[in-house]
Amino acid sequence: MKKLFSMMLALVMVLSLAACGGGSGSGSGDAVSGSGSSGGKTVRIGVFEPSTGDSGAGGKQEMLGMQYANKETPTVEIGGETYNVELVYADNASSADKAPTAAAELVGKDVSLVLGTYGSGCAIAGGPVFGEAGLAAIGVTCTNPGVTAGNDYYFRICFLDPFQGTVLANFAQEKFSAKKAYLLGELGNDYDQGLLNYFEQAFDGTCVKDSFPTNTSDFSTYLNKAVAEGCEVIFCPVSIAYSTQIVKLAASMNLELPILGSDTLDSNKVLSAAQGSNVQIYVSTFYQEGGSPEFDDGIKAWLNEDSTAMTNNGGDDTIAAVTAMGYDAYYVALEALKAAGSPDKAAVKAALPSLSYTGVSGAIAFDDVGDAIRDTAYIKTADNAAGAWTLETVQTAK
Amino acid sequence: MQYAISILLSGISLGGQYALIAIGYTLVYGILRLINFAHGDVFMVAGLLMVYLTSFLGGILPPAAVIPAGLLLAVVLTVVLGFVIERAAYKPLRTAPRMSVMISAIGVSYLLQNLATYATGGLPQMYPEVPGISSTVTILGVPTKVVTVVTPILVVVLVAALTQLINHTKVGMAMRAAAKDFETAQLMGIRINAVISATFVIGSFLAAVGSVLYFTNYPSIVPLSGSLPGLRAFVAAVFGGIGSIPGAVVGAFIIGISESVIKGSSWSIFSDAFTFALLIVILVAKPTGLFGEKVTDKV
Amino acid sequence: MEKTNKKRLWITLLCAGALLILVTLLENVLDPSKNVMLFISLKKGAVYALVAVSMNLLNGFTGLFSLGQAGFMLLGAYTYAILTIPADQRDAVYYIYNGSAINFSLPELLGGGPVGLVLGVLLALVLGGCVAAAVAWLIGLPVLRLKSDYLAIATLGFGEIIRAVFQWDKLGPVTNGANALKNFPTFSSFNIQGGLRLSTCVAFLLAGICIAVILLLINSTYGRAFKAIRDDEVAAEAMGINLARHKRLSFCISSFFAGVGGGLFAMLVNQAQAKTFTTAMTYEILLIVVIGGIGSVSGSCIAAFLYVAASEWWLRFLDTETYIGGFKVPLLRNGFRMVVFSVIIMIVVLFFRRGIMGDRELPDLLAGLSGKTRRKEAAGK
Repeated sequence: MKKLFSMMLALVMVLSLAACGGGSGSGSGDAVSGSGSSGGKTVRIGVFEPSTGDSGAGGKQEMLGMQYANKETPTVEIGGETYNVELVYADNASSADKAPTAAAELVGKDVSLVLGTYGSGCAIAGGPVFGEAGLAAIGVTCTNPGVTAGNDYYFRICFLDPFQGTVLANFAQEKFSAKKAYLLGELGNDYDQGLLNYFEQAFDGTCVKDSFPTNTSDFSTYLNKAVAEGCEVIFCPVSIAYSTQIVKLAASMNLELPILGSDTLDSNKVLSAAQGSNVQIYVSTFYQEGGSPEFDDGIKAWLNEDSTAMTNNGGDDTIAAVTAMGYDAYYVALEALKAAGSPDKAAVKAALPSLSYTGVSGAIAFDDVGDAIRDTAYIKTADNAAGAWTLETVQTAK
Repeated sequence: MQYAISILLSGISLGGQYALIAIGYTLVYGILRLINFAHGDVFMVAGLLMVYLTSFLGGILPPAAVIPAGLLLAVVLTVVLGFVIERAAYKPLRTAPRMSVMISAIGVSYLLQNLATYATGGLPQMYPEVPGISSTVTILGVPTKVVTVVTPILVVVLVAALTQLINHTKVGMAMRAAAKDFETAQLMGIRINAVISATFVIGSFLAAVGSVLYFTNYPSIVPLSGSLPGLRAFVAAVFGGIGSIPGAVVGAFIIGISESVIKGSSWSIFSDAFTFALLIVILVAKPTGLFGEKVTDKV
Repeated sequence: MEKTNKKRLWITLLCAGALLILVTLLENVLDPSKNVMLFISLKKGAVYALVAVSMNLLNGFTGLFSLGQAGFMLLGAYTYAILTIPADQRDAVYYIYNGSAINFSLPELLGGGPVGLVLGVLLALVLGGCVAAAVAWLIGLPVLRLKSDYLAIATLGFGEIIRAVFQWDKLGPVTNGANALKNFPTFSSFNIQGGLRLSTCVAFLLAGICIAVILLLINSTYGRAFKAIRDDEVAAEAMGINLARHKRLSFCISSFFAGVGGGLFAMLVNQAQAKTFTTAMTYEILLIVVIGGIGSVSGSCIAAFLYVAASEWWLRFLDTETYIGGFKVPLLRNGFRMVVFSVIIMIVVLFFRRGIMGDRELPDLLAGLSGKTRRKEAAGK
């Protein structure tokens, strides 16, 4: 009897929580993948992205790009036959220890190639699994050099950290004539730490560098320190979960220092945190809204139509650069399938190195390591009155 | 100078928020000898409840009433959650070895975190602004949120009330008796289950209040938001002498301020390591903590 | 008594041998690219089994409730990785620190080639264990004097401290700071090009040997002393068992194998990074021990495989929205898998407190079964 009672209580506990989450978050999972089984052959593309964990929000926006592209072009012509494209998802939970099994899940699902992932850590952990299975993976926004180095099967369509760090350091010196910078990153995150290092190397003045432990939510001491040390810019290439907090805090304390960020800060969450305040935010990114009006209008219409997609985009229709990258990644995948002439993964892998494609974020081609050949980054700034990004400058590496 | 003040201020407000969580740990440990690993997660759920309740109530109530109603409901639901957790996960194990109960606590913590991940879909949730305490004031030339000032005052008031409750009411007396000697207390006709439930209710209530203060300062909630503050608060409880309420409060302020100071120095990587090093030192040097009473183990 | 022990030994050896052959066969017969999930789960299961057994040695057999397992795994993983990254890869791995402070790799020092690989990996794993054990000895001096839950929280804190130290910038040339160490030999390095695939077999073999050593230890006088301490410290002391010494011994040995397990874990995930080894990982391992039965080695092994397979493989379908006909199955979306899984765990913890095996062992059950049939046969005659 007692057992029954406590079991029931446990059930109630679970249900009540699930229900209260279900209320507003319902359907925030993956959107429906291509209409699928409407006859004809199907080719599967694996989506290796985090939908939970630290980079969950970013991963979801990246998936939106792929989902939209899939909706736009649900079929592909391979070797004279029309195939339906199906996206197959595996959540790597933004965690290196879950990444290999998530990767294995995709390999087991018999996909032709894989898109993803958002963060470099998971790409490095999952990469060898793809390599062993002979499956090609296209990194969408994993910018660490370690992803493609030493792995023949990992390609990527974005620029690399050394490039991005240098671009931002140059920008800080040119725009603000900064002599002293405050660098802030997450402890144990190679994305953050890598960028901080490249920034430091390219920056001519002094750098004060700090790292905060994972799950920190108190950034006031860090920001106060930046002010107290007399720094002229703050560079914090941290993940969205932290950057929104930093920006919000900076807004509430009327911080006068400009905040520089990397592609992770290019998010409407950051925009909404800064809206109505005096914080100056500059981010380097892959895509600037307006770069391709056709794409902008199309995806905005889709977002406004599909409430699930809207939730995953953070509640409004601002287009994140990662979404554009996800969109391009999908088309690169289609190009690869076409060039390969068959959905066979070995053929796709063989077709990738010589591929070139011009997407909404610019021209994409691969060098012999498998990295994208790119030399341009957009730097944009937050317009806090309008709550939108405006293009500041287009920076190339020197 | 300004920098020093800003660090001190954030340390004090952090300490106050830890204090409210730490009391929950210390009360439960005093009576059940259980480290309630799920307490930090209850704190996190309290924050999430507030997020969901305000967005839900926003549709049916006039705007002015949303936040107060949300606050009230969030606190009530958190208290219910604390009560249910105790009944469902700890009570069936009353006679089991202490290790089993602790494992059950870890299990509950795991469950709450996973539920939160499910509910939020992995996206960080923004805590609503609570009017009054979210606005900015300037103290000694340092801009800070009102909540920084409110926290220590609220902590003092709540602790004073709690001390009154424990020293001068029947429930309080029963709690003290149960903490001193669990079995004899039962023998004396104290309804031990009611007392334990009361402990969890009080602990969850304070955690809910703490969550309002904490998340007003640091408004983004992820499923793991509760685990580190929870552990730090537990360290604070041990530091002050587990089972002692003034001890927990003093310990929490010391931990909060030292964490803030270390983060402001060039050793910021070691802020958590320092907290735990402090724990190990105090456990080895003076296991009863600053204010704890000496208990002899009966064989 | 003697006879049953011998019989148990045989049964255990036989089971282990059969398992090893089965795994090797499977890996070579089945199409590897179709069954990646199976083999990844098997490998991860083997690694977790070793770590769970090492934790069980401490928690289940000596009665010391420690939550520092992830910290010791981290030590083992880093030692293994630092010692085995090939010299020519070091600049690429330590790119932020312009190269590593340590410029040799054990497999190359030992002659390179397959022999060097095997010896180097083994040596690095053992050294990883030794580092973990040495640190455990140091930590044990103050910490082991603490009682039950205080010990738990102190070791938990220790795990966090270790993690911070390994992420420290100043140690960068050795630990690569906060960045991952990679490019070292992994399980897949043992696959012979164009020949036998041995990666899963190697994982099983290494974990199996370690578990066998722990088993031998548990069945020795030391093991009996550990159990005596678990059951009643005062009585054990009265019988002349040196408490401090035995506790320290158990703590060090458990940490040694956790360290080896950490090295294997690094081989599994192809990288070693401090932020992977969190308290959450310790909790996972603790839950494995509990599900398997506190005080049962075979229970821990079985539970490790079940845990890994269930949480990362079998239940994965719960994460994707599914339509049966036109009907959308409710609740199924991202994160639901882990909710279901943690509810299952709570049910085990609350209602099946003894876990799968209680404190019995698999050979006991098998021997018991065959004993029963024999008795039945005898009765029949």
